[in-house]
Amino acid sequence: MISVQEQDFDIGHEYESLRVRAGDPGAIVTFSGLVREIYDTSESASAVVSGLFLEHYPGMTERCLEDIAEQALQRWPLLATRIIHRVGELGPKEQIVFVGTASANRHAAFESAMFIMDYLKSHAPFWKKQKSEDGSRWISSRASDAAAIKKWDLDN
Amino acid sequence: MKLDIHYFASVRERLGVEGQQLELAGSASVAELIALLTRAEPKFSVMIEATPSILVAVNQTVVGRSYILADDDEVAFFPPMTGG
Repeated sequence: MISVQEQDFDIGHEYESLRVRAGDPGAIVTFSGLVREIYDTSESASAVVSGLFLEHYPGMTERCLEDIAEQALQRWPLLATRIIHRVGELGPKEQIVFVGTASANRHAAFESAMFIMDYLKSHAPFWKKQKSEDGSRWISSRASDAAAIKKWDLDN
Repeated sequence: MKLDIHYFASVRERLGVEGQQLELAGSASVAELIALLTRAEPKFSVMIEATPSILVAVNQTVVGRSYILADDDEVAFFPPMTGG
């Protein structure tokens, strides 16, 4: 189950609904990503972030998230998955992304949650623009994110 | 051949437009479309220069430069993704 939305999400609610949907899971892993207030950049030591704008490609975004959830289901014996990605204007310390995976055992739940996040970072059409006292700028993709996805040996 | 072109993030900002409709005589690959737009539009040329790692999606799937475009394709240009 995937959602691309402007509004915030409630982790407690998402965990409970994942738990119900999964039936009889032995393990549930949840991950949430947040907007950092102090962001390290390669250009300067650090910047105080006043906000983040998240642009996306409507249509392709949903297709990509459906595809990654499907790939995770094919690789691991999962009972349920949940992906939420927010778009639009976000403030410091706000939640951006939620990934939840439920399985009979912990390894499948941990690994698939990491797989989904690694994929999201460099394969789903989202772009972050960071606002700070120096103005606003598009965040550059990181080599470490591209390397993280390689270890999963994706088809595309 | 008619193409529906979309631009996102820094690419959209550099061009100052969200997209455009393009009518091409005959077929073209993604590389040929980029070459054509680079020749025809100074802003596109500057944008390509500044975005060496630009990605291209056709009908919402990322494709390589040798991909052959078809009539009514939705083509999108954007920088590497930075979600999560």
